[in-house]
Amino acid sequence: MPFGNEGKTTTKRAAGATRHAFPSKDDGNENNSFHPTHPAHQKPQKGGSSYKMILTAIYALLFYLAAAVLLLGVGYKIYQYARIPAPLKIPTTPAPTTRRGVALRMLREVTLFESLFRANKWIWLFGWIFHVALLLVVLRHLRYFLDPVWSWVVLIQPIGQYAGFALMLGLTGLLIRRIAVERIRYISSPSDYLMLVLLLSIGGSGLLMRFVLPTDIVQFKAFMLGVLSFNWQPMPSDPLLLLHLTLVIGLMLIFPYSKLLHAPGVFFSPSRNQVDNPRERRHVTRWAAKLEDAA
Amino acid sequence: MAKFTVPVIAEYLETPKLQPDVMQGAGPFVAKPDMQKALGFPEQLVDDWQHVALDKMGELLKKYRSLQVYMDACVKCGACTDKCHYMLGTGDPKNMPVARQDLMRKVYRRYFTLAGKYFPKLVGAVDLTESVLDDWYNYYHQCSECRRCSVFCPYGIDTAEVTMAAREILASVGRGQKYANEIIGKVYTIGNNLGLPEPALRNTLEGLEEDIFDDTGVAVRLPLDEKGADILLVTPSADFFAEPHVDGLMGYAKVFHQMGASWTLSSHASEAANFGLFIGSYDNMRRLTLRIREAALELGVKRIIFGECGHAWRVAYSFLNTLAGPFDFLDPRYPIPQHICEYTYDALQAGLLTFDKSANDHRVVTFHDSCNVARASRMGNMAGGQFIIPRALIKASCNHFHDMAADTIHDQTFCCGGGGGLLTDDLLELRVKGALPRMQALKQVVEQHQVTHMAAICAICKSQFSKVLPYYGFEMDQIISVHQLVGDALVLTPSE
Repeated sequence: MPFGNEGKTTTKRAAGATRHAFPSKDDGNENNSFHPTHPAHQKPQKGGSSYKMILTAIYALLFYLAAAVLLLGVGYKIYQYARIPAPLKIPTTPAPTTRRGVALRMLREVTLFESLFRANKWIWLFGWIFHVALLLVVLRHLRYFLDPVWSWVVLIQPIGQYAGFALMLGLTGLLIRRIAVERIRYISSPSDYLMLVLLLSIGGSGLLMRFVLPTDIVQFKAFMLGVLSFNWQPMPSDPLLLLHLTLVIGLMLIFPYSKLLHAPGVFFSPSRNQVDNPRERRHVTRWAAKLEDAA
Repeated sequence: MAKFTVPVIAEYLETPKLQPDVMQGAGPFVAKPDMQKALGFPEQLVDDWQHVALDKMGELLKKYRSLQVYMDACVKCGACTDKCHYMLGTGDPKNMPVARQDLMRKVYRRYFTLAGKYFPKLVGAVDLTESVLDDWYNYYHQCSECRRCSVFCPYGIDTAEVTMAAREILASVGRGQKYANEIIGKVYTIGNNLGLPEPALRNTLEGLEEDIFDDTGVAVRLPLDEKGADILLVTPSADFFAEPHVDGLMGYAKVFHQMGASWTLSSHASEAANFGLFIGSYDNMRRLTLRIREAALELGVKRIIFGECGHAWRVAYSFLNTLAGPFDFLDPRYPIPQHICEYTYDALQAGLLTFDKSANDHRVVTFHDSCNVARASRMGNMAGGQFIIPRALIKASCNHFHDMAADTIHDQTFCCGGGGGLLTDDLLELRVKGALPRMQALKQVVEQHQVTHMAAICAICKSQFSKVLPYYGFEMDQIISVHQLVGDALVLTPSE
């Protein structure tokens, strides 16, 4: 069991992680007085150690489960999309006439949301802000999984922290539109609202921890590194952190079973990823070819 | 004139307030047993239709990546909700592209996803009941498969693909549509949508030759089934006698005449249209295209050229090579197949045609981009050639040309309202209402530029506009063929 090394070793590892993770010169706001970085706080508290052990075990196992569901689930969907043939050429034209052109079209689609921009400026604005902010926030969070922290992750730390607010802004805009615009309200199911609420809760709990009720981030990092290296370390137990983690685990679990599949899906959309060259190159897929053999 | 209220054209195109279920109904006439049978579908609603439908859906999900990805990827962002002409013309929320897709997506979720199996209410999943099937039949026949929604969707979700799948499922349980299935049957038995047999066709073509001679004094030929001709022209059968289509056909003949081309029509492949596309049936679509291959081989031609027809050009440009290829017996120096506009454009570029533009001075022209040409195919060797080439032909033959508003042309063009197998009188209300966005844009250029005519390169567009223009206070003959403009301005040389 990963919990084999306890006591002193644990503390040392946690402290070791600390030194690498938060070198004082790159620390930024992370190292200010809000944070209990004093060594006294890093020692496991004797009184709650069995509670912490159970908590740590639960969350570590949940993380493994969520990661497995996310990776296997999305992996399976990608495999499925890749396997199902697209028997006819159906790019929405005008479409690029070369593979390179298609790559550029896809790049514009996933970075600038080109089609959405043409469709509706408000949805584009809120959607784009949300996605860019989410990307920054996720990249910023890499620091809790890396030791030592890559220099570019350190570099984006200041933007990454405040991107959380942009994330909330984008999500709120999308939620308001979903409620206020009659057409969008009509097409919304409970899950569509809940998805936004889930993301808002993750962002909100994260921001609260970052700016109002800080958790023991050093200990958390030790926990996260321990999970990754199968050498579990006790986790902080403040409710806000537990809420934040629970929601993130929930998001990971529903990813492959929800509309979040738009993320891998867009790359497989034939109307966007096909080259416009049907006259130049004959396009025949497996089951279509079988019809010819039968004839 | 109408049993329904014709929408009023406003100064600007407005997104209507939602009127739930205002277009609820029985849908178009259902195919009769013999029409179903001729296409390989059950004659009437089968007893265990629910199982058959779900099995068919499972099969299609494995055969079409588009359907599988489109069922999963939608995030209900709302980008498409004000893009469909039927939504804009009727206000029925089920005509919002996403809501139309959802008719199937709700069933997909219920039977094919974990979330829908265990938490149907949460994700809006529903059982496939008879009332759901009725909704499918009704609302999947209120989509003209024009792909305008797919232009705006951040994932490129194309409702046309979903509509086609739904119609194939409907036909497979015995609920095919009369209009489309009857027409496909006519092509199988007679050779074209109109059921025009070879002698009648020959007679018609001779009549057209006489008309051109009377009009111009030049003997322009419209050959039929001439073996050894270089070019096989495949054109929608409406071109043989419907107005304004026939003027387009005479225009093609004049261009061929002027180029000294050796060409022929075929009585076996006397139809460019391919309604197999509309009903989403790969098998029927393929069977229809194979007639063209057979005719080309039989006549020993070197090239295949298609006349003015929107969805026919989609099937020809995008699918013909896949469905009926390889065409290694044709001359590889020319695109296979080629559009009549490409042919005329090439001749124009080479300086081989002379135009007297003043012949069209009594016309102020605008151009309606047909949806299947605009968003599902191409002309020429550059992306977007389908917008440039027809306009170049119009400008070469007319002095007065004005485009409609930028957000209603090119790939943002509005469907005429009659495409995708809906050009039938039992859907007249839908057709009139669906034409609203195009009529709005037309009215604007009529008022601003005194436009008198709208040119098109699609047989369905031409028929549809002839029918619906009067509902909006226009004249039915304000719709014309691009090759009518070309033919009227082309300076003909008498043959030796």
